[in-house]
Amino acid sequence: MIEISGLTKSFGSRDVLCGVDLCVRPGRVTAVVGPNGAGKTTLIKCLLGLVRADNGRIRIDGVRIGVDPCYRATIGYASQMGRFPENLTAREVTNILLDLRGASAVIDWELFERLALAPHMDTRVRALSGGTRQKLNAAFAFLFTPRLLVLDEPTAGLDPMASAVLKDKILSERSGGKTVLIASHIMSELDELADDVVLLRAGRVAYAGSAQKLRTFTGQRHLERAVAAMMAREAVCA
Amino acid sequence: MRVTAKVAAFQLVDVMRSRWLLGYGSFFLLATELLLRFGGDPTRALLSLTSVVLFIVPLATLVFATVYVHNAREFIELLLAQPVGRGALFAGTYCAMAVSLSGGVVVGIGLPFALRGGAGVAAQAAALVGTGVALTLVFGGIGVALALRVDDRVRAFGLALGAWACAALVYDAALLVLATALSRYPLERPLLAATLANPIDLARVAMLMRLDASALMGYTGSSFTRFFSAATGTVVAALALAAWAAAPALLGARVFRRKDF
Repeated sequence: MIEISGLTKSFGSRDVLCGVDLCVRPGRVTAVVGPNGAGKTTLIKCLLGLVRADNGRIRIDGVRIGVDPCYRATIGYASQMGRFPENLTAREVTNILLDLRGASAVIDWELFERLALAPHMDTRVRALSGGTRQKLNAAFAFLFTPRLLVLDEPTAGLDPMASAVLKDKILSERSGGKTVLIASHIMSELDELADDVVLLRAGRVAYAGSAQKLRTFTGQRHLERAVAAMMAREAVCA
Repeated sequence: MRVTAKVAAFQLVDVMRSRWLLGYGSFFLLATELLLRFGGDPTRALLSLTSVVLFIVPLATLVFATVYVHNAREFIELLLAQPVGRGALFAGTYCAMAVSLSGGVVVGIGLPFALRGGAGVAAQAAALVGTGVALTLVFGGIGVALALRVDDRVRAFGLALGAWACAALVYDAALLVLATALSRYPLERPLLAATLANPIDLARVAMLMRLDASALMGYTGSSFTRFFSAATGTVVAALALAAWAAAPALLGARVFRRKDF
């Protein structure tokens, strides 16, 4: 579904991505993990076209992404921090999104209902709590039943209940055949979710493959330990 | 095109919510009303307003446009993740800035003149509004491009103030010093070029040629009138102002297309 080859990006003199080659398989949950500053968010933003890569190419369903923004109609994206126009209410922001892409999509209000966002819809974004913004952010990603979900630390700032709702939603989308890409630090939740793992280290792919294989390979039962073992091994090699 | 219009509409709603635009329009409304009511005849009111416009519009639009773009950052990031092209997003954002700030000038100055200015000064009042709009496009555009280029709010704000000070104060003073120092040489043509190179000077010349008040022209302005007749001068000034308005808009679009969010 997503093929990335030779992707590089530097901000000034800082090389964030140094040649990322990656294949994300459809119908699975792929976790992008790695230490802070490994390039997870930059990789995701390249996928969305928010960051312009210096070199390399990204193909989604065989089509190379470029200037034409249409491919984003198939993507639901939750950024790391939900940031919305402060002077508008949650409902107005929702209406803007519906206006822009609602016509051609099936609307899925499930997360709005299950995260109990209704009482906050007429509040200006400025006055919403950080957690509510994050809920809104997550709910927007699923609103247009996209084929590809790109979630950048989606449970950060969510209470345990909301985070459980979100995880259920991710799993139910996967069983519906959707492709999910999650960047996260919280390995315990990825244990439940991830089919595949991509370990980024200093802008390169250190491991890409199934989560199960990673567990077997490192002899660890939990993903957290498996990734830590992998990182330690990497460090020795380096 | 449709997306551009939608983006502009959303941005306008957001701008209308914050009170500064209202304050900006009210300022011109109040100034025009007071000058028309107490300033004697409308021609003198026009002359005073010209000075106000030449001074305030560049400063206010530079600052507003810079702040506006930084405040629109969340909105831009939200929309960039949707199937919206960067060109349409920039165009919509720019148009909302241009329409709202120009609206402040058009309503603030135009309305009192329409109501109580009388037919005698209608053409000149329209010229003043036009000058205000032109300056809005020039300096609003510079503000937009600046804010896109410089992410740090405080630095962008400082640079905006610096740009205004250069165009409004330093430029004429520097030319005067230069012209005095080089008074033994023929300076008509260089000074003419110097006028074309500063949008505030251009606007001043274009406006004062219509008001026939060359005493207020400033140093660069008087050389301009010596060179051009009123009619050609206005056309040349208008064309140069249009170029000045287009340049930052194009630069801003270019920066926006390549920017990382």
